[in-house]
Amino acid sequence: MEPVRRIVSRTVVLPQRDVDTDQIIPARYLKVTQRAGLSDALFADWRYDKDGRERPDFPLNQPKTKGAQVLVAGDNFGCGSSREHAPWALRDFGFRAVVSSSIADIFRSNALKNGLVPVVVDRDAHERLLATPGIEVTIDLETRTLSTEGMRVSFPLDPFARHCLMNGVDELGYLLAQSNAIAEYEEDACAR
Amino acid sequence: MKGRTLFQKVWEAHVVRPETVDAPAVLYVDLHLVHEVTSPQAFDVLRERGLPVRRPERTVATMDHSIPTTPGAARFAIADAQAAAQVRRLEQNCAEFGIELHGLDSQHQGIVHVIGPELGLTQPGRTIVCGDSHTSTHGAFGALAFGIGTSEVAHVLATQCVLQRRPRTLEVRVDGRLRPGVTAKDLILAVIARVGVGGGAGHVIEFTGSAVRALSMEQRMTVCNMSIEAGARAGMIAPDDTTFEYLSKKPRAPKGADWDKAVARWRALSTEEGATYDRSVAIDGSALEPMVTYGTNPGMALPVGSRVPDPAEVPDSAARASLEKALRYMDLRPGQPLVGQRVDVVFIGSCTNSRIEDLRSAASVMRGRKVAPGVRVLVVPGSQRVKQDAELEGLDRIFTAAGAEWREPGCSMCIAMNGDQLAPGQYAVSTSNRNFEGRQGKGGRTFLASPLTAAATAVTGRIADARELLR
Repeated sequence: MEPVRRIVSRTVVLPQRDVDTDQIIPARYLKVTQRAGLSDALFADWRYDKDGRERPDFPLNQPKTKGAQVLVAGDNFGCGSSREHAPWALRDFGFRAVVSSSIADIFRSNALKNGLVPVVVDRDAHERLLATPGIEVTIDLETRTLSTEGMRVSFPLDPFARHCLMNGVDELGYLLAQSNAIAEYEEDACAR
Repeated sequence: MKGRTLFQKVWEAHVVRPETVDAPAVLYVDLHLVHEVTSPQAFDVLRERGLPVRRPERTVATMDHSIPTTPGAARFAIADAQAAAQVRRLEQNCAEFGIELHGLDSQHQGIVHVIGPELGLTQPGRTIVCGDSHTSTHGAFGALAFGIGTSEVAHVLATQCVLQRRPRTLEVRVDGRLRPGVTAKDLILAVIARVGVGGGAGHVIEFTGSAVRALSMEQRMTVCNMSIEAGARAGMIAPDDTTFEYLSKKPRAPKGADWDKAVARWRALSTEEGATYDRSVAIDGSALEPMVTYGTNPGMALPVGSRVPDPAEVPDSAARASLEKALRYMDLRPGQPLVGQRVDVVFIGSCTNSRIEDLRSAASVMRGRKVAPGVRVLVVPGSQRVKQDAELEGLDRIFTAAGAEWREPGCSMCIAMNGDQLAPGQYAVSTSNRNFEGRQGKGGRTFLASPLTAAATAVTGRIADARELLR
């Protein structure tokens, strides 16, 4: 995994709350056997009209948001299913961080495994970010802060997750290194 | 010493490495369930790294999400090339890595959360994971069961472990006696409406109280299944005689002296006197009504006799915007009664409500009645076993005589990956778990309800209070 230390980008704002994973990537796109190439399916039912053309009013389709790497979304982003296709599609589209006032558990866990930084900020900062789409923000993992003109807020990030993100460490490597402890546990469990 | 909760006991018994400030706990997984949609990329990780499956005997696979539920031989001929490739890939992966697979030709095939319990693989005190958020279903047995992503599926295949921060606990206590016509589905919809779709985040719910104790195992599974719809990691119910009675007849449950030892161990799992939860919510079970959703998340639910809420009366602006958006999508007017809303489709199935008791419940309303003109009704049993049992009881003939479709097991119209789907703009009453936009087909509109309400809607063509028909 590519290390992430600092993200400097304009934002795209999706103000709806409770954006579920069926909106992030509808289930009909889950019939793939690879993880790459899902960007076209991202927010498919909101992004395209019935003829498959981009809806000009959808935030991701506006020319000024092209290339933005930070998605600011309403409360409880990513609720619903466990599909890791949701962060795969967001990453494939070019997003590197999602900012909200809360992020659903399984989505957050999946995001971390794909170099997509989940950033949970307080209500005031969240409201300000929702109200100012397109502003430039800096997300710094070292200091765990999100800053923009006139505002600097810190966000919680599990030390382990932060270490993995900043060093491009994947969790499977960490788990494989525990194999002795796992074998001991298995022996003990057998003996019980 | 302070007593321990059910969750605490199961968690602590599976810690390989305790969590520290710097690292999450390494948690051992007793049972890993696998299906075709969230596993192919995980097996690829093993191949890329040249890793074996650490404990193949602890993983069991089936196919449910993308397979046809077309009756007869047609279900073997998967027309969708991508779905067919996904199913073939699961067959290849299971063969290559030595994993037990209940494929389309198996008498045990079915929805992963239906077959785990019916095989007796789901047992109290176990840790159970699956690349599916409704893994919370298995918590009905006092297991700690939760959904994981595909990266974690690879973690479990390779190490039999997951990395987890210890969640907090939320007690949802439901006392009192459910009134006739009020079901487990209504109970959990009421809980989600109360807690909110994000209210359980970071928590494992333990359902307690006399109304929960009175539920059958299948009803408990319905309750725990939808814990995730309140945002919770998992839902759990302490095992008791109801649990042991259910398990005693299951093929993979311990037998003989092992059974007695297991029951003694399982009895000790209950939350102890003096144990505390991080949060608690109490609900009066005797006041519950049949519930139906009106919006685009499972928390937007009301008693069936209610009217569609008015956004103008919602003070919080984000909540108001969310309700307005939901009503626009659903094309419902504020103030309109839910009862009487016309529907196009009724879906009876899914890991929430596709077990034999659910089908009996729906059949009790449909027996001797006809599906309303213009309504399509799909009845999709949760597994081959459920299908067989239902046919032995004659439930299939009740459904088909009424004019409903009796189909093969699978997730079907709950997730609409296999061709079973709503057309844009259609309304459905569904016994499934998610009324998200497009969940049952692009542009489709879903009302979640119990099998009783679904059956009453099927025969009247409009959202109905089943109690009127049961009198």
